[in-house]
Amino acid sequence: MSARLAPSPADPMRPAPWRVRAVRRETADVATLALEPLEGGVPGFAPGQFNMIYAFGIGEVPVSLSGDPADPTRFVHTVRAVGAASAAIVAAAPGSVLGLRGPFGSAWPVDAAEGHDLLIVAGGLGLAPLRPAIYQVLAASERFGRIAVLYGGRGPAELLFRDELAAWGARADVTVAITVDHADPSWHGHVGVVPALIEHVGFDPANTVALLCGPEVMLRFTATTLRAAGVAAGRIFLSMERNMKCAIGLCGHCQFGADFVCKDGPVLPYDRIAARLAVREI
Amino acid sequence: MQPTAPPDPQTAPPAEPVLLDRAGLQALLDALAARGFDVIGPTLRDGAIVYDRIARIEALPVGWTDRQDAGCYRLERRADAALFGYAVGPQSWKRFLHPPEELLWRARRTADGFAIEAEPPPPAPFAFIGVRACELHAIAIQDRVFLGGAHQDPGYAARRQGAFLVALNCGTAAGTCFCASMGTGPRAEAGFDIALTELIDVDRHDFLAVAGSDAGAALLAVLPTRPAGPEAAAAAEAVVAHTAASMGRQLDTVGLKELLQANPEHPRWDEVAARCLACANCTMVCPTCFCTSVADHTDLTGTEAERVKRWDSCFTADFSYIHGGSVRASGKSRYRQWMTHKLAHWIDQFGTSGCVGCGRCIAWCPVGIDITAEAAAIRATPGKGPHGNA
Repeated sequence: MSARLAPSPADPMRPAPWRVRAVRRETADVATLALEPLEGGVPGFAPGQFNMIYAFGIGEVPVSLSGDPADPTRFVHTVRAVGAASAAIVAAAPGSVLGLRGPFGSAWPVDAAEGHDLLIVAGGLGLAPLRPAIYQVLAASERFGRIAVLYGGRGPAELLFRDELAAWGARADVTVAITVDHADPSWHGHVGVVPALIEHVGFDPANTVALLCGPEVMLRFTATTLRAAGVAAGRIFLSMERNMKCAIGLCGHCQFGADFVCKDGPVLPYDRIAARLAVREI
Repeated sequence: MQPTAPPDPQTAPPAEPVLLDRAGLQALLDALAARGFDVIGPTLRDGAIVYDRIARIEALPVGWTDRQDAGCYRLERRADAALFGYAVGPQSWKRFLHPPEELLWRARRTADGFAIEAEPPPPAPFAFIGVRACELHAIAIQDRVFLGGAHQDPGYAARRQGAFLVALNCGTAAGTCFCASMGTGPRAEAGFDIALTELIDVDRHDFLAVAGSDAGAALLAVLPTRPAGPEAAAAAEAVVAHTAASMGRQLDTVGLKELLQANPEHPRWDEVAARCLACANCTMVCPTCFCTSVADHTDLTGTEAERVKRWDSCFTADFSYIHGGSVRASGKSRYRQWMTHKLAHWIDQFGTSGCVGCGRCIAWCPVGIDITAEAAAIRATPGKGPHGNA
């Protein structure tokens, strides 16, 4: 990773203060926050990377960047309230200050995917870490083959970024397919799991790169489906989630086999992790 | 990030061994204290030999030894008045270089959010007395963990860089010792400032001292020493050779990384899980286990906050918790994680095994689980599955 992407403070465990500039409520328990630093500039980041976000006195959680990597003015994060710290972050009002460390971790291989068909497959909140990659790809879609965004959520009310999904779906250079586990009367689309969408989009398995983010069970089944369709294991990339305390490879919590998800991941190629992904509780 | 260099490799000047008597050893402690070091060495407390501040050699466990086996640690009297006539106790130097609890920072609410307070001044540097060869290797391993990567632990770096290490070549091996098979002892080969070998019999009680760094040589030069003749050097050799031949256990490391990484589904994991209490003792006493958690606190007014780092263990349920549950919910998966990490993944991560053969995890396991026996059991009936880097 280039020096531009390295966190600035000498002590990588010290959060820097960032102000919440805007908050958008995505669903009942998910919000997207735009953050600006109180001091200094906004570091660059690569799609797939994450920051540690600190709610004063409450705690710190890893959250992927969900904004446009070409926007040098802010960091954008999409957070679901699942615990004390994430709930405090979701509830943060515009003008309030959060702590931030980062960016950390590996990135989606967007540049390396040029020239290939691209499948972007997301489950639930997993669309957020993929959105920076989608922005980057759609800004230069002519460099890719066929582009598809496949997205699944529990129900229509839990889907993220529905306006953007509609806008992307209206473009000629990208196919968008959405499914839900449980429909409601408003829903007229697919019902079922995300891997079932794969057969609905056209791609050349011998020349396809796939980016996967979502619950681990969804990652496993999606990767298996793609392998069965003929996509090479080394061209399937998964963003893994594990408990993290430090984000810099020192606390030990995020180990997944021999990899530290915080520094070797979160984005890891399937050929590297397929065997351990098949082992329970590893 | 700040490129904090790892501690200077302690260069070994041409070392003429010298002899210190007991008064000379006291002079060593005095000289270190006079130079501002916080002098830490072995002493008796709570029925064990622990590491704590010492000023006088009488504070050492004079005439004591330990009897250790799986799930067993007992102090016993020796027939002589040796100062270092025992193996390692429950603590390691990790306790000082990577302390069980460490304040990372304090912050205060301000009109403009919050501000992190300035760092406190660094404490006095440590001088460690009686660091065993396995422990020198453990320190070198934690150096790789905390200082060898892209991000360094600034607290560890500060404590480590100032530390003065007086090593001790072991004169006795416990029943739980297996450093000889790990290639990590019982002789201190490198990474020390001074290395001692205790020479004790009816005629004498001396310490053969060798400098391992310029700082060590400079300190020895001001102590009351006398030249060590070839006879003393030969006697010191014999002490280490006898200890090496007295190891209570051994671990066959040939192909062990591949063996464990290929066997995440081995039935032995179920068998050991039936005995393991997931108490985390093994990780607390291990001199290389480095995992930590953090806790954030505020005062009652909510205007001051702090973050504290604490030792954590992969044996707890919280360790792997993510939204929805713990990744490693079963005791089986936690023991497998610990042992596979220690003996296999560590090599991929840091270029060295995470085990130094000190035997602490064997002695301090309340049910006597023996890592050397568990590894041997998997080796005896390896599975077939190619799990690669699992």
